Amino acid sequence: MEGVMQTETKIRAESGIESGPRGPGCSLRNFACEQNLLSRPDGSASFLQGDTSVLAGVYGPAEVKVSKEIFNKATLEVNLRPKIGLPGVAEKSRERLIRNTCEAVVLGALHPRTSITVVLQVVSDAGSLLACCLNAACMALVDAGVPMRALFCGVTCALDSDGTLLLDPTAKQEKEARAVLTFALDSVERKLLMSTTKGLYSDAELQQCLAAAQAASQHVFRFYRESLQRRYSKS
Amino acid sequence: MKETPLSNCERRFLLRAIEEKKRLDGRQTYDYRNIKISFGTDYGCCTVELGKTRVLGQVSCELVSPKLNRATEGILFFNLELSQMAAPAFEPGRQSDLLVKLNRLLERCLRNSKCIDTESLCVVAGEKVWQIRVDLHLLNHDGNIIDAASIAAIVALCHFRRPDVSVQGDEVTLYTLEERDPVPLSIHHMPICVSFAFFQQGTYLLVDPNEREERVMDGLLVIAMNKHREICTIQSSGGIMLLKDQVLRCSKIAGVKVAEITELIQKALANDQKVRKEGGKFGFAESIANQRITAFRMEKAPIDTSDVEEKAEEIISEAEPPSEVVSKPVLWTPGTAQIGEGIENSWGDLEDSEKEDEGGSDEAIILDSIKMDTGEVSNIGSQDAPIVLSDSEEEEMIILEPDKNPKKIRTQTISATQVKAPSKKPVKKRKKKRAAN
Repeated sequence: MEGVMQTETKIRAESGIESGPRGPGCSLRNFACEQNLLSRPDGSASFLQGDTSVLAGVYGPAEVKVSKEIFNKATLEVNLRPKIGLPGVAEKSRERLIRNTCEAVVLGALHPRTSITVVLQVVSDAGSLLACCLNAACMALVDAGVPMRALFCGVTCALDSDGTLLLDPTAKQEKEARAVLTFALDSVERKLLMSTTKGLYSDAELQQCLAAAQAASQHVFRFYRESLQRRYSKS
Repeated sequence: MKETPLSNCERRFLLRAIEEKKRLDGRQTYDYRNIKISFGTDYGCCTVELGKTRVLGQVSCELVSPKLNRATEGILFFNLELSQMAAPAFEPGRQSDLLVKLNRLLERCLRNSKCIDTESLCVVAGEKVWQIRVDLHLLNHDGNIIDAASIAAIVALCHFRRPDVSVQGDEVTLYTLEERDPVPLSIHHMPICVSFAFFQQGTYLLVDPNEREERVMDGLLVIAMNKHREICTIQSSGGIMLLKDQVLRCSKIAGVKVAEITELIQKALANDQKVRKEGGKFGFAESIANQRITAFRMEKAPIDTSDVEEKAEEIISEAEPPSEVVSKPVLWTPGTAQIGEGIENSWGDLEDSEKEDEGGSDEAIILDSIKMDTGEVSNIGSQDAPIVLSDSEEEEMIILEPDKNPKKIRTQTISATQVKAPSKKPVKKRKKKRAAN
């Protein structure tokens, strides 16, 4: 794993020297996705970004507990499970971010008094975990056939100490970065659904990261489209 | 969410099929479902698929002080979690009976059988030992959790490598993965659980029951055994009475199954080790079957971020510059300071309007009640009708009513009297009206 990470950074560093700090040295790691791999949930997806991997399962629209029932829309619950140990504060905060993102796009008003449950399991964390969780959740919601006004994706950007912008950073890059910014974007207008940041950055850098994330989101949505096309193709 | 109950006809159907020596998935009585083992990029990470049942295992380690009565022994800790992903009936964070039973069985199978050499996990006697933690997550429940979990646990333990440690005098040095190759755990043997389901008070027997079969079974016998045919644990649950030769027959079957599974595990471990050594690709990404139409991959995608700077500048230039007001703190009295001027307080206004609102609505109540007395205006009366009918659950009724309704009433009141129309909320008015009624 270390070997893989090192070579990856090497490649990135080389291309960075060639084309300047903010040139086309940015890239997304290789993506892979498998839908409908679990039999029990209504929808499921496993999403891999490089070595980061998240498994998502969606139940819904289904029966809801009376205490959680909302009379005019579906109750959306997100459950994130870490790989080691019990869920803590970090997981709770991520759950909330993911839930808010999902609530923005899921058409819950079509299924009042029901519950939509998204269960996410971290399979391996090698950087950009929240973005991967968001992508997995979206693919699982699509697989479950939950009505949504748009698709969404997560993109993580990292800013180095010298201001170099990196997309989809690995765990090592995230650790060394001055700031890590994660955005959730919708597929229709490419607008921002959620953002969470860590570290110091200027407003110009924020806008740059957002623009880069928007550029990256096009690739992610194309990946979504192609994988769904393949899935619903006849051959 | 509740578990969907199994209907009586389904139950009868399953039992009759078992009587006829048939299984729904076409297996024979003693057949196991397909087992697939895949490894993650980290050491000690694996998923085991037993048919559709899927378990994720991860082993981690930590240096801790040992237990007082076992100063030279490392600590083994097992934790099986039934994630809600596996089945809708599993609630997160709840210790169900099933979970306790499974965890206990796992501990007996793996810790009490002494398959891991815990003494080799000691670093400094009485001070520092390794604690090995095995986390198992059930991802999909299609029956026979214990077999899948026990395979996942032992595979993850075999795959795991802990960081190397050296002790020189009093100094303990922990080497990172780059400095020294990590060391595997010393494993004496590999106990594996095999489940037998009994039906009709032990008349019929099935190996590796799936979820449907588990629901109609009378009893379950779990035998944990290693490939040397040594029984590590045996547990019979469900309250069936088994004959001696039934148990013996089961242990014979278990021996055969365990031998097969052990061979499979060793093959999978050797394969992964070979790939790692040769520097090939490994990890879960490689185990996704590419030919499936539900799976899709994309190679590394370069993204052109050259125009990012211009875009950002454009947005920033368009945005209004932040106000350059620098506030100076004003010290009124010791302990009371003020920073900045503050904007005009809007709270006072609100309160005023609130007061007016109350006053206004009082008048409105009278008006409304009068209106109702004097034969309601047809339009409003009909729209109001459901509200008047139900005395309880006011709030819900109010939210359900159409939007235009409150407006209409308000215009009505205004036109009726020349009361200064305060911006009162329909909710409030409704409540008052109820009180008046």
